[in-house]
Amino acid sequence: MSTAIFVKRPARRMERYAPALLLGVALAIYVAIALGLGLTRFLTPEAAIAILNRSIALGITAVGQTFAILVGSIDLSVAHLISASAVVASAIMNGDPAMMLPAVLAVLLMGALVGTLNGLMITRLEVNPLIATLGMALIIQGCLASFHGRFGGSVPDAFQYFAYGAVLGLPVSLIVLTLLVLAAWIVLRFTRFGSNIYSVGGNRDTARAAGIKTTRVVMASHIICSLCASLAGLYLASRLKSGSPWIGTEGAYDLESIAVVVIGGTILSGGKGGIWGTVAGVIIFSLIDSIFNLAGVDAFAKQVMRGIIIVAAVAFYAIRSKRIVA
Amino acid sequence: MIRETAGSAKTHAAARAGRLPKINPVFFVLAALLVAITLSNPNFVEPTGYMNFLKRAAPLAILAAGQIYVIVSGGFDLSAGSLITLTVVGSSMLLDNNADATWWVIPVMYAVGLAVGVVNGVVVSFLRVPSLIATLGMMITLNGAAFMWSSGSPRGYLPETFRFFGRVNLQGIPLVQFLPVALLVLMVVGTVLFWLMHRTNLGRMLHALGDNPRAAQMSGVPIEKVRIIAFVISSLSAVTAGILLGGFAGVSTDVGVGYELQAITACVIGGAQLLGGRGSVPASIAGALTLTAIFTLLNFIGLPKPVRDVVQGLILIVAVVLATYRRNRAGGT
Repeated sequence: MSTAIFVKRPARRMERYAPALLLGVALAIYVAIALGLGLTRFLTPEAAIAILNRSIALGITAVGQTFAILVGSIDLSVAHLISASAVVASAIMNGDPAMMLPAVLAVLLMGALVGTLNGLMITRLEVNPLIATLGMALIIQGCLASFHGRFGGSVPDAFQYFAYGAVLGLPVSLIVLTLLVLAAWIVLRFTRFGSNIYSVGGNRDTARAAGIKTTRVVMASHIICSLCASLAGLYLASRLKSGSPWIGTEGAYDLESIAVVVIGGTILSGGKGGIWGTVAGVIIFSLIDSIFNLAGVDAFAKQVMRGIIIVAAVAFYAIRSKRIVA
Repeated sequence: MIRETAGSAKTHAAARAGRLPKINPVFFVLAALLVAITLSNPNFVEPTGYMNFLKRAAPLAILAAGQIYVIVSGGFDLSAGSLITLTVVGSSMLLDNNADATWWVIPVMYAVGLAVGVVNGVVVSFLRVPSLIATLGMMITLNGAAFMWSSGSPRGYLPETFRFFGRVNLQGIPLVQFLPVALLVLMVVGTVLFWLMHRTNLGRMLHALGDNPRAAQMSGVPIEKVRIIAFVISSLSAVTAGILLGGFAGVSTDVGVGYELQAITACVIGGAQLLGGRGSVPASIAGALTLTAIFTLLNFIGLPKPVRDVVQGLILIVAVVLATYRRNRAGGT
C-alpha cells in the first residue's frame, strides 16, 4: 500500500517533454555542425526530407513496436518478419505488375498470422514475450534460410513507386508513414481500444478486474506490430527491387525499433508513453546518423557512440524515477 | 531459509534429502538426449566421443553459469556474446603473435570484463536503465569496439600458449584416457559459481533481489551492490568463454554472435525464471549441455543449420511453456 507513495513521481511534466527536449538537442547539434562546417545545403527543406526519408522502414516498424511495448509486451521477431515479408513479396510478384495486389495481401496475411501466433503464445501459453517472440524469430529465420535459393524474383517497376514516387514534392513513403503515425495516434488517443492498451500495459490484473478482455488487447497489439513489420518489409522490397533474407537483421530493426520507442519515452514495462515520442525517437536516430556523416565519423566509432547514446538517452529520464529496474 | 542459515551439516543433509524427489526435469531430458546420441552414433561412448562433446559445450556452459546470476537477479545480459568477440579479437591484437605475452594478456582481458560488468551494473542500478536496453547498448558498443580495434579485419593468430585452455587435452588420465583443459575449466568455474549461488549469502540475496526488489531492499539487501556483482560475474564468465572459444575457434569478428541468446536459452531450459527469483547453476549448465546435445543430435541425423534455428526456437518456447505449467500447478508465483 505504501508503495504507491514511492511510485508517484513529482517530475511528471518534465518527463513528458523529455523526448522533445532530446530532439531539440539533437537538432541543435546537427545545425551547429552544419553551420560550423559551412555546409548550409544540409539545412534546406530538401535535406530535412532526405533525413526523414532515410528512416521510413525503422519508423514503420517502430510504430508497431510502440503498440507492443505500450501493452507491456515486446516483439523481437520484427526483423526476421521484415526479411520474410520482403522475400515473399518479391517472390510472389516476380516482376509481374498484375501480381502486386495478391503479393501485398499475402504478405500482410503472413504478418497477421505471425502476430496472432505471438499473441497466442503470450496470452494463452503465458510465455514471457521476450522468449516467445525470440523463438518466433528463430523459427522464421530457419524457415527463410531453408527456402532460400528457391525464392528469387524481383518487384515490378510499378511497385517501386512506394519507395521512390513523390506527390507534391513529398515522397510517397513519407506520406504513408505520416498517415500511419496519425492513425496510430487516433487509435491510441481517441478510441476505447487505445485506452484499453494503456490500462492493460499499466496493470494487466487490474485491467482484467475492470472488465477489459486483456487477451484480446494483447493479441491485437501484437497483430498491429507484426502488420507494421510486414509493411516495412514491403517498403524495403520496393526500395531495393528485390527482397533478401538478411535485410531485416542487417538493419537490426528488432533492437533499433525497441531503442527508438524507449528513447521516445515509452517505458519498457508498458502503460506509459505514446506515438509522438516514438516519432521523436526515430527522428533523433536519423539525426544522429546525419550528424556522424556530416562530421565524418568512422563507421565503427559510429557504432560505439550509438550504443552509448542509446543508453544515455534512456538514462536521461529513467534516472529520476524511484522505481527499481532490472 | 532460516533452517539453512542455522547451518549445521545435518540440517543441510536433511534439506537435501527432502528436496530429492524434485529433481529438475532438465537432467532427465539431458540423459534421454545422450542415450539418443549414443544410439545414433555408438562411438559417442568412447572417451573421444563424449570428451569432445563436453569440450565443445564448455564455453556455452560457462556462459550460462554466469548468465544465470543476472537472470536470477531479475535482468538480462545481452552483452555477453559481444564480450566474447571482444575477448578473442582483443587478445589477438594484444598478443600480436607473441607467445610470451599470454601471461599478461589474459589478466588484461579479465580486467576488461570486470569493467564491462561494473558499467552494466552501475548503469542498471544507478541510472535506472532497464538491463535489456543497458546491455543492448553495451553489446552495440563492444561490437563496435571490436571492429574499431581490429579495423574490421582481425589479423594474426592466437599462439599455442593462449590456445592451451580451449584446445589441449591432458593425456594419460586414468579411466578417461584424456581430459580436455576446457572441461577442467568448466568444472572449476561451475563449482565456484555453484558454491557462490547456492551456499553463500550472496546467492540468497540474489534470489531475494530477483523475487521482489522492494522487499529485498527493505530487509537490508544492498541491492545495487548485489546487482553489480551479478553483472560482473556474468561478464567474467563471458571472458572465460571467450578465451576457450579463441582456443578452438580461432579469430574472427563474429565468434560471439548469438551466444548471449543461447546462454539465456540454456538457463531457461534449466528452469530459470525470467525476470528473477529462481534459477540454479547446475541446471543452467545442464541446460547448456542439453542445447549442445540437441544440436549434436540434429547434426548426426544430418539436418542443416536452418532446421537447427527452428528447433532452437521451438525448444525455447516449449521449455518456457512447461516451466510455467509446472509452476502454476505447484501453486507458486
